[in-house]
Amino acid sequence: MSTSVQPAIDVLIARFPDIEFAPGPLMPRDKKEDEQLCVRVPPDRLLEVMRFLREDPRCSFEQLCDLACVDYLNFPNARNRFGIVYALLSVSRGYRLWVKCFVNDPDPEVPSVTSIWWGADWPEREVYDMFGIRFEGHPDLRRILTWEGFEAHPLRKDYPLHGRGERENFVVVPREGA
Amino acid sequence: MTTTPETVPRVGPATYVQEEPGSDVWVLNLGPQHPATHTTFRHVLELDGERILSCTVHIGYLHSGFEKLGEHLDYNQYVVVTDRMNYVSPVANNITWHHACEKLFGIEITPRCKAIRTICAELARIQDHLVCLGCTGLELGALTAFIYPFNARETIYDLFEEICGHRFTTSYTRVGGLMQDITPEWPEKVRRYCNEVLPPALEDLERLLTRNRIFVERTRGIGYISRDDAVNWGLTGPTARASGVRRDVRKDEPYLCYADNWDGKGSSAVDFKVPIGQGGDCYTRFRTRLAETRESAKIILQLADNIPEGPVNVLPDEKMTLPGKEEVYFSIEGLIHHFEQIMTNRGFRPPTGEVYGSNETANGELGFYLVSDGGNSPYRVRCRPPSFINYQCFPHLVVGHQISDVVAVLGSFNIIAAELDR
Repeated sequence: MSTSVQPAIDVLIARFPDIEFAPGPLMPRDKKEDEQLCVRVPPDRLLEVMRFLREDPRCSFEQLCDLACVDYLNFPNARNRFGIVYALLSVSRGYRLWVKCFVNDPDPEVPSVTSIWWGADWPEREVYDMFGIRFEGHPDLRRILTWEGFEAHPLRKDYPLHGRGERENFVVVPREGA
Repeated sequence: MTTTPETVPRVGPATYVQEEPGSDVWVLNLGPQHPATHTTFRHVLELDGERILSCTVHIGYLHSGFEKLGEHLDYNQYVVVTDRMNYVSPVANNITWHHACEKLFGIEITPRCKAIRTICAELARIQDHLVCLGCTGLELGALTAFIYPFNARETIYDLFEEICGHRFTTSYTRVGGLMQDITPEWPEKVRRYCNEVLPPALEDLERLLTRNRIFVERTRGIGYISRDDAVNWGLTGPTARASGVRRDVRKDEPYLCYADNWDGKGSSAVDFKVPIGQGGDCYTRFRTRLAETRESAKIILQLADNIPEGPVNVLPDEKMTLPGKEEVYFSIEGLIHHFEQIMTNRGFRPPTGEVYGSNETANGELGFYLVSDGGNSPYRVRCRPPSFINYQCFPHLVVGHQISDVVAVLGSFNIIAAELDR
């Protein structure tokens, strides 16, 4: 059975008293033990907090389970546009923690955590590809799922489901002019 | 070759490696159309003779925007898309998707549904492992070893066909339950499968491969990854467990029948062991999968005899689940209920919030991160695909090996490109 992640959050708050972590559940639940806890970290402090979370034996989040991005454009009461969600997992202790980092237009950028968890390599490239968020310090930040010449970021909320880039909208180039 | 932090080669930013005239280094494209890749992805290998100097992976050939689609389909419709992710074990994706949805809605499914879902999840695991085990042999030249497990796999298709009418893309689950109940004969057929069809197939496979000298020499010590590296690269599932990582979502965060008191009457969790290997190479991954298949059959046999009676769907009156077809076609209330469920401005009203639900599927931890704004369809669907996360360490595992080892490592990772690219 998984243990509570609360002690690790307390350690984190004690270590960085100047950061407003705003710890809380992703979603309130009736049973407290079902809640998935989440902390917020500003992008400029992200690397040191993440390094602490991985290396401190009281936290020991050895694995970056997932890295995703959510575009909160049009989301009710949202104040920031992009939320990058790091799902951390402690394999030795069996608990999880979600870390959120909010960035905004123009030029959204966060530091890359590939130096802490190698497993962040492709997920960061995917977020770059799909949302256009640059990861500073990533060794090989290229598009991963779409092709190299592709210009848009399809998972942004202002990218339509239909129409853009579809076959009938392609420019047909005659063979001689190609 | 061991990947330690110092020796891990970073894949350089150059997309295409240029062959230099006069040098011995040459560049080979493996894929996108290559039998060993099963589907489409491409490796650019830089070779010195047959030895691999570097490997760059290009994926995305099958990208179909599943996450974008999820923002436009409702919670029941999206299950059809999840079938197409890991199409080797589609029902496991269905179960995981609705596991996450039910976590969001706060629904506790009925004991009967839990038992059926657990059996299906384990059948899916067997189905997936049989492909992987067979293909590992196939790619190393043992064609016979591919046919034996596929025969056993065919029968699983028949089992799924009986309960949901589809052999391949099952779409069997619904929010709060299942598409329909199982047939009365089904548990008996499942039991017969686990007792009579599967064991001889595994037996044959084991006799053909595990002590086969060619197979062992082609796989032992190939694609080695240590425990700490496996954790750091985010590996999950049998690939991680073959390196000694003690992690299984079924044990660590129990759900369905893997949790104690799953039926509300104090039944204990299903009894099974999690095979852990220490070798960290292709051979250990093969053995881990083989052992896991046997454990899955054990779980199914425990449940097939005592599937609890009762309904499979929860809360038929609170309008969280779709009514049965019988009701829809022959009663006006059922028709109205169904109509309200599928209308875009009525339908589901989930609470606002974010939730992550994950299950242990055959390749590793499959998870869905759902963001709901209270609307009929999710605001954001993030799928944590095990293939995608597992595969990123691949270039570092093959460096230093021969070309022919690439297919061995690929086979042992069981990469499903549809899940890789989504």
